[in-house]
Amino acid sequence: MYNFEFEKPGSVADAVAALGGEDAQALGGGQTLLPTMKQRLASPAKLVSLKGIAEMQGVCTNDAGEICIGGATAHAMVASQAGAYPALADTAAHIGDPAVRNRGTIGGSLANNDPSACYPAAVLASGATVVTNAREIAADEFFDGLFETALEEGEIITEVRFPVPEKANYQKFVQPASRFALVGVFVAKFADGVRVAVTGASEDGVFRWTEAEAALSANFAPEAIDGLVVDGSGMISDLHGSGMYRAHLIGVMTKRAVAAAA
Amino acid sequence: MPKDGGIGASSKRREDVRFLTGAGNYTDDINIHGQAYVHFLRSDMAHGTIASIDTTAATAMPGVVRIFTGSDFEGVGGMPCGWQVTDRFGQPMQEPGHPILAQGKVRHVGEPIAAVVADSLEQARDAAEAIEVSIDGLPAVVDMKAALADGATKVHDDLNDNLCYDWGFVEENKDAVAKAIDEAAHVTTLELVNNRLVANPMEPRVAVGDYARGTDESTLYTTSQNPHVIRLLMGAFVLGIPEHKLRVVAPDVGGGFGTKIFHYQEEAFCTFAAKACNRPVKWTSTRSEAFISDAHGRDHVTKIELALDAENNFTAIRTETHANMGAYLSTFAPSVPTWLHGTLMAGNYKTPLVYVNVKAVFTNTVPVDAYRGAGRPEATFQLERVVDKAARELGVDPIALRRQNFITEFPYATPVAVEYDTGDYHGTMDKLEEIADLSGFAARQAASEARGKLRGLGVNCYIEACGIAPSNLVGQLGARAGLYESATVRVNATGGLVVMTGSHSHGQGHETSFAQVVAEMIGIDESMVEIVHGDTANTPMGMGTYGSRSIAVGGSAMVRATEKIIAKAKKIAAHLLEAAEGDIELKDGAFSVAGTDKSVAWGDVTLAAYVPHNYPLEDIEPGLEETAFYDPANFTYPSGAYACEVEVDPDTGKVSIERFAAADDFGNIINPMIVTGQVHGGLAQGIGQALLENCAYDEEGQLLSASYMDYAMPRADDLPMFEVDHSSQTPCTHNPLGVKGCGEAGAIGSPPAVVNAVVDALQSAGKDVTHIDMPLSPDRVWEAMNG
Amino acid sequence: MTQVTITVNGSAASGDAEGRTLLSSFLRDTLKLTGTHVGCDTSQCGACVVHVDGVAVKSCTMLAVEADGAEVTTIEGMANADGSLNTIQQAFQDHHGLQCGFCTPGMVMSAASLLKENPHPTEAEVREYLEGNICRCTGYHNIVKAILAASGQDVGAIAAE
Repeated sequence: MYNFEFEKPGSVADAVAALGGEDAQALGGGQTLLPTMKQRLASPAKLVSLKGIAEMQGVCTNDAGEICIGGATAHAMVASQAGAYPALADTAAHIGDPAVRNRGTIGGSLANNDPSACYPAAVLASGATVVTNAREIAADEFFDGLFETALEEGEIITEVRFPVPEKANYQKFVQPASRFALVGVFVAKFADGVRVAVTGASEDGVFRWTEAEAALSANFAPEAIDGLVVDGSGMISDLHGSGMYRAHLIGVMTKRAVAAAA
Repeated sequence: MPKDGGIGASSKRREDVRFLTGAGNYTDDINIHGQAYVHFLRSDMAHGTIASIDTTAATAMPGVVRIFTGSDFEGVGGMPCGWQVTDRFGQPMQEPGHPILAQGKVRHVGEPIAAVVADSLEQARDAAEAIEVSIDGLPAVVDMKAALADGATKVHDDLNDNLCYDWGFVEENKDAVAKAIDEAAHVTTLELVNNRLVANPMEPRVAVGDYARGTDESTLYTTSQNPHVIRLLMGAFVLGIPEHKLRVVAPDVGGGFGTKIFHYQEEAFCTFAAKACNRPVKWTSTRSEAFISDAHGRDHVTKIELALDAENNFTAIRTETHANMGAYLSTFAPSVPTWLHGTLMAGNYKTPLVYVNVKAVFTNTVPVDAYRGAGRPEATFQLERVVDKAARELGVDPIALRRQNFITEFPYATPVAVEYDTGDYHGTMDKLEEIADLSGFAARQAASEARGKLRGLGVNCYIEACGIAPSNLVGQLGARAGLYESATVRVNATGGLVVMTGSHSHGQGHETSFAQVVAEMIGIDESMVEIVHGDTANTPMGMGTYGSRSIAVGGSAMVRATEKIIAKAKKIAAHLLEAAEGDIELKDGAFSVAGTDKSVAWGDVTLAAYVPHNYPLEDIEPGLEETAFYDPANFTYPSGAYACEVEVDPDTGKVSIERFAAADDFGNIINPMIVTGQVHGGLAQGIGQALLENCAYDEEGQLLSASYMDYAMPRADDLPMFEVDHSSQTPCTHNPLGVKGCGEAGAIGSPPAVVNAVVDALQSAGKDVTHIDMPLSPDRVWEAMNG
Repeated sequence: MTQVTITVNGSAASGDAEGRTLLSSFLRDTLKLTGTHVGCDTSQCGACVVHVDGVAVKSCTMLAVEADGAEVTTIEGMANADGSLNTIQQAFQDHHGLQCGFCTPGMVMSAASLLKENPHPTEAEVREYLEGNICRCTGYHNIVKAILAASGQDVGAIAAE
């Protein structure tokens, strides 16, 4: 990879300052960024590690009953400490592999917004709030297509707040090589309705399947999906499956998530 | 009772201790003082003319030692091809040049254009980015049939066309086969693809070149399965270095699977550059680089026809294959779809007439060569798939159809030029039916159905040929090498032995199993025998390890050398015991005089050989060291029967392997634990081919599956525990150990079992699916089901 | 260049690293601990797994500077104090859980993490935990068996070797 300066600040403020330099980039767990840099596909002049910021680590519950996860919290910690939101803990427990989960962070995953990543589906279906050093961003406003988000240059995800649904579940159908989601569906049932978020499938990245949300809000049962068809035309077509196949899997995974929701 | 040592014992592997403690010595662990690093600038276009290369700016970059391009290698030999196939019209194959660095044209993505030698690897990469290369793109030739069409772009301008050869076997049978097919009561036809694979040993390739100016000696450390072959090819054909001035070392090698047989440009480059720069030069492949520079495997497109008479006896087989050679001929590429494929087309069956036609084709893709099984998986897959399809068309039990047509008398001369010495195909099938619990399948299928899953059972047989030989025959078939093996057995004064073998171990455990053989022959503890391999400086000229040949050929050489040792030791013992040589017996590490209680220990004899005070110096020389070269009389013919049970998820098309059983006949077994492990690994690679792995190019010749992000390697949760049995043993009749070889069987025998099982599952569920091309990925299975 | 100091296998070790120096390179090239292997460049094969502050990480996907001050354990630090193979290593040898040995260091390090988190895993749990460790030789059968055996479970019923 190209060389760069490395900084490991101890506070959000210092990190923001460090990211003010030209071509500076935040480094979470590096589980996507470092492989990208090894291929020389990214060339930041400076990497600012967020791993040394104590206030961005950990899982807690706030007064509103939301699960709050520090932006630099590793997937493994979410898996073990977010038991109050079992579907979220379970999602984290199946991202990548164990060694990746020990390094990769929720903030890093969301800021990257890989179209096949798991966390974006959890955040979007949960209607979570992405908290940065500057503001709070609703999930519906955060994701902005492939690898694009509402984050400004140098803006750091310090925390993600998840309201806890009555029932939820994430079903991932893995791409056999990368083990990323070929299609992943997160279903969350709240008192005021159901949210369904789909990752892996769309050329526009994570999205809400609103027809399914309406059907499931009326009847939270797998058969409520029967007859709903996702249009395959906007879906990713590649070596591992056509857009049609992915569209089909969205229905299958949604049903399974509803059936398994707890 | 299991033995606790010697032949037949599951001795624990001695090499494990170093591998388990981080003390292995792999090529990338070798660093020579003062070494420089090379980075290859590789083509990102599949086909084009190099208009210009400007290295001026790059040469001025920090740390750059020297930048090489194709013009630096004018006058140096190209990469040699080790096998010349003669086509069905009696003409030699078309054989293009294969430069170390591209000259004039690039012909596949990944072809090296320039090489930057620098003080550090990152400096070399930095400088490579500053090289200005201008390539005028040409249409890429990717599809084999399109490559043979009139007017197709030529991969090599100096060849007539993109056809390497059109091979017919046995050409004289062609008309008779056609007649038999025309007159058959039933003909089953199947068109299929044997998918292109990447071998992917976990250790990427590495080469370290070193040169000693004072002695004019070159040394290459490389990740090779056959260091002597590299020394011969590179020294004699590429760089012009005599063998006594060239040492090739293949230390611990992290898996090969065929792809580390071949001589590669990077090896020649590092050896050449070390002398040119007067510095050691090291290259370590990244995995991404391996995908575009390691020879690929398989990639056949085939149509097979099986003719049967009214009683369901096989009467003829005709098969037509297009075999992808890639852009250049890798070392042994021409032999794979021909002699390693056509000679196996009779399989386990007494089909009287067989005709095999193979068109080998140049395309703008990475060269294709041997990968675990090499030709035999391609033969087995098409034959066992078409037999299965025939059984379904005829409404007969697939196992019964196979049994009806089994060869039962040995030796058996096939219509494709080989003679099977031994086998018991009913015996292995009986064993399979037992260990696979085939009688319990119906209940398991019902249980799967209750869970909403489609269960299928696939069974198949295989025959393979190991220990490719004899040399005079393979020479007639086009091999430009001998295929013997060598061993030197050196007995030390105090009785310990060192065996220097031309075989190479890169996971097979020779250091353990070879020692078991010698220890058993002499009757001493295995710990007294050390196995040395992998360094041309201290082993006799050998041909290395591939084609499951090590124990059958290398082991036989070792046995012959040990027999010479024992014969000489008996002479010494006879002298010490004052007895006739013919009365001396060796047992449990002691020589005794038959019918008496007089004996002398092994160690006393070996000591006498080196301290010859009381010694028959007038009859024999001092010392105890012997060498043998063994050239086998025939191939060996392992065989077996495999059964796979799958579950198909009808909602997603995902296939899971629920059970897999393998009953093999490897002849005699040296170390059952190691043999079982070899089968496990082969099964994983075969199942990987059937379900997961696919090396895919797009129309522009860009590799789509260029990393583990898109090339699906089998992982632990893709596979079940395997039932493996090799108690069915018909020893080979023509080698001293009666062994057959076991390294490739699993990869050869398993793909058809998987596909047969999936087809069975789908047909059992009423789907009209007769074939799905590998890999049977979820999307392909779902699309086949949903038409 | 930055000075990086880690405690590796119980002993302090330090060396210079650039920002871009990966922990795997620092271990292999600077500290000459070549037991840690690199088998891919997409963070999937797991040959490079080491323990950093007690948890498994892919050392090819962590910067050396990020490990400054950390406790690192590599395959070289896994044997018993007297040099004999530890329980997991011994189980790998006993059950033929390795062939070419290249993936083995990562397998052993991952196995150690698994058994720390889950002392008595099921076969399915072992297979799932090894998702990030690729072996091309063994078909995993004997690796899974070795890890189950190392956890003290009876593996006699699993297909013979």
